[in-house]
Amino acid sequence: MLKISLDKLDKLFEAVSASQTLYIPVDREDGAAEYKKYESGMKLSSALNTVRSAKDFFFPQTENLVDFKMEGKNIEVIDVREESEDFVIFGVRACDARSFTILDKVFLCEPVDSYYKNRRDHGTVVTMACTRPAETCFCGTFGIDAAAPEGDAACYSDGESLFIEAHNEKGQKFIDSVASLFEDGDTAKLEAVREKTREVLKKLPLANLTTDNFGGDKLNEYFNSDKWGELSESCLGCGTCTFVCPTCQCYDIKDFNTGHGIKRFRCWDSCMYSDFTKMAHGNPRLTQLERFRQRFMHKLVYFPANNNGEFGCVGCGRCLSKCPISMNIVKVMKALEVK
Amino acid sequence: MNNDTLIPYIGVVTDIRQDTPDVKTFRVVSPEGGKVFEHMPGQCAMLSIPGVGEAMFSITSSPTNKEYMEFSIKKCGCLTSWLHAMDVGQQITIRGPYGNHFPVESELKGKDLLFIAGGIGLAPLRSVINYVRDNRSDYGEVQIVYGSRSKDDLVDYKEIIDEWMADDGIEVDLTIDNPQEGWDGHVGFVPNYVKELNPSINKTVLICGPPIMIKFTLSGLKELGFTETQVYTTMELKMKCAVGKCGRCNIGNKYVCKDGPVFRFDQLDELPDEY
Amino acid sequence: MQEAMINRAKQLLADGTVNRVIGWKRGEFAYDITPAVFDSADELDSDFVFDDFTAANVSKYLVKESKKEGKVLAFLKPCDTYSFNQLVKEHRVVRENVYIIGIPGGPKLDAEKIKAKGITGILGVKNENYTLKIDTVYGEETMPFYEAVLDKCASCKSKKHVVYDELMGDEGDVLDSDRFDMVEKLENMTAQERYDFWREQLSKCIRCNACRNVCPACTCEKCVFDNPASGVENKAPADSFEENMFHIIRAFHVAGRCTDCGECSRVCPQNIPLHLLNRKFIKDINELYGNYQAGEDTTSRAPLNDYRQDDCEAGIVHERGVE
Repeated sequence: MLKISLDKLDKLFEAVSASQTLYIPVDREDGAAEYKKYESGMKLSSALNTVRSAKDFFFPQTENLVDFKMEGKNIEVIDVREESEDFVIFGVRACDARSFTILDKVFLCEPVDSYYKNRRDHGTVVTMACTRPAETCFCGTFGIDAAAPEGDAACYSDGESLFIEAHNEKGQKFIDSVASLFEDGDTAKLEAVREKTREVLKKLPLANLTTDNFGGDKLNEYFNSDKWGELSESCLGCGTCTFVCPTCQCYDIKDFNTGHGIKRFRCWDSCMYSDFTKMAHGNPRLTQLERFRQRFMHKLVYFPANNNGEFGCVGCGRCLSKCPISMNIVKVMKALEVK
Repeated sequence: MNNDTLIPYIGVVTDIRQDTPDVKTFRVVSPEGGKVFEHMPGQCAMLSIPGVGEAMFSITSSPTNKEYMEFSIKKCGCLTSWLHAMDVGQQITIRGPYGNHFPVESELKGKDLLFIAGGIGLAPLRSVINYVRDNRSDYGEVQIVYGSRSKDDLVDYKEIIDEWMADDGIEVDLTIDNPQEGWDGHVGFVPNYVKELNPSINKTVLICGPPIMIKFTLSGLKELGFTETQVYTTMELKMKCAVGKCGRCNIGNKYVCKDGPVFRFDQLDELPDEY
Repeated sequence: MQEAMINRAKQLLADGTVNRVIGWKRGEFAYDITPAVFDSADELDSDFVFDDFTAANVSKYLVKESKKEGKVLAFLKPCDTYSFNQLVKEHRVVRENVYIIGIPGGPKLDAEKIKAKGITGILGVKNENYTLKIDTVYGEETMPFYEAVLDKCASCKSKKHVVYDELMGDEGDVLDSDRFDMVEKLENMTAQERYDFWREQLSKCIRCNACRNVCPACTCEKCVFDNPASGVENKAPADSFEENMFHIIRAFHVAGRCTDCGECSRVCPQNIPLHLLNRKFIKDINELYGNYQAGEDTTSRAPLNDYRQDDCEAGIVHERGVE
């Protein structure tokens, strides 16, 4: 496998960012990590994950869909779409990498969402294998191997060097563009590191969590479960879980009058919000119980029902650490599960 | 870049008809004339006034109408109030067609049809009724039971009297909730009227109206011997994208915008009761 | 303490004083505690927890709970009692339907601060003489207790309960805290520095509304930011300044009512120090109208609701902002 010494990473980043926009996770002053556009001097974060997931790159929190000019009784529709520039997201974890596969199922099925596809086509995802998973990690539940992430190309660190391998043409193109910085490396030590990570993964508190009893066939059974009241009773109805979630993709469309015309935006929405299903003549989800139930039914039952058994969760653990009241999909699965 | 369904077309409103005190029917054509797109009976379109809102409406005209599309819209929210206030010649945005349609070319073909509508619920059925009228030989007997709060609240009253009732082989049974001066027809709620009419249980039923009307009519039909596999309805929930991606109009794993809006009751029965 | 609380709760359930108990429920890990309502002795025995991580303020839940049938037992820490009192003052909770047991306050711990030290794979956390012994999948780690204390507890304003029906443990005092130090630091910045500080902090906002929804002072039936007719309801910010406006408007709306319970900053997934906005208002109110602590009592008139002839002129507020 090709490798580069870890102390030469900034050379790699310089080289990549010379030809296209590069995003890497960096540490923030408050200790959290977030993706930032690479600028000279930035250091790759060693944090396990960013607070905001990497979905932002393909499905941003807010984007302009279309503009309108209103003149008298006439309307002009202005297509504001522009071909995206090529960009690289470096250091994506295995969980987030899988989330793109899930988002693809939504946005790339007919009719294809051109906004998403545009960015997906132009973005190269370079993943980074995990070496220090946290107690909140449960990607293994969804068949994800944190030590062997997906993505266009994947990186592994043995503590001294960064190894890289391509998974597809896009990944190979990326490696080719910076190949001069790499040299052939011995992966013996790397294998030991990966083996050690897998041993840790087995010891994690959620290692035994399975999806065996979830899926499309349990629709009414789980929908009508008497556990939802208790599970949702202290839910604040905020959107933290949905906004930090790498697979939550529900959106709202809103118009904004700039004074010079109308801008139509798409923005993240949350099924946890009271207005999510509110219509002029009523609301089918009147209390937090129904909204809470929707979020977990979507991930554990509806999504697999519509997508050949694939679940709408990647076990990244963000909701486990970020929910203000510490209610999350793991607690829901454990409480709900009917064997 | 390819067209994106989220980028709408322009439609011009060429005619506005005050159907009832709170329902208007809008005729829409493309700026170049003719229909903006083709559709099948029961399908919907997203109509919008930029800056005001966008919402899903069923296309109430029949696909057999080759000149224009029509939408019968009840004034009940922000966007519909705006639409009710506009004048002929106003442009709107329109995208579609969305959703599935009544199976006029398959299951319904050759069948005796019973249409049951309440209030504005006639809007989606009108598309099917006129489609059936224009392809009369493909279908058996046609019976239409339609009720509203009062005579003034009967949508498309003129078309019902002048055209539907004038057709051979179409039985139209109208009812209003309460007695009213100038009304010598039936008085009473739709569910009871259907039971009184005692329709043949060989008929395939298409029903649309307020949820409470649908609920009681369905149980009445079952009492008469109808099964859920014979009854179709069309649903409505809050929608933003209209293509099953924005994530809010689902009943269980089915999206009303994409997998519906037309459902057969045995299909709805398998889904959670959340609509 | 936990055992004593469970036993007292069971007594009060058994003698019919209350028919349910609001407290905290054990989680998957050492730190992921969920506020919960307990209906039975069995539930209390198996799930009720009170430890270094039970930081959540349960007062706001009483808005709903106190309107249900029967009396609810609430365990309130000193800071929580201020929130509760303020809710009584605003007629948001039905006082008669709540039986309050005052319990000792923090300092409570912040799991994020432990994780920020690079400690991960946490299996258990023990406090031994103010040293945290943290059992992890990577081996045992230690860190000083005080380095993991929640910000809101680090600048605790009071160990005194301002309302209760009975007390467990000793009563404390109002503290002379350093809670305005950071506000002063911000006040001493230049306008540009201050602007940059807040822009950087608020640009992290993901508009999840956790701060608003957890806030005991935010109990409007319909928030202006959820009302499409308000013209400011917008999940899609047209420009980055809108997030800033959300927080500034919210701070204005809770001014004089915020008890400084610190929940907004505790729940923020992006670690925005939102409490500093509220503290600035509290400090200003103290300076302009005399010391006032929201939630301290249920009868006094709040400075911003109480017109007096000798109130400061609005111009003073303006002049203070001029460099």
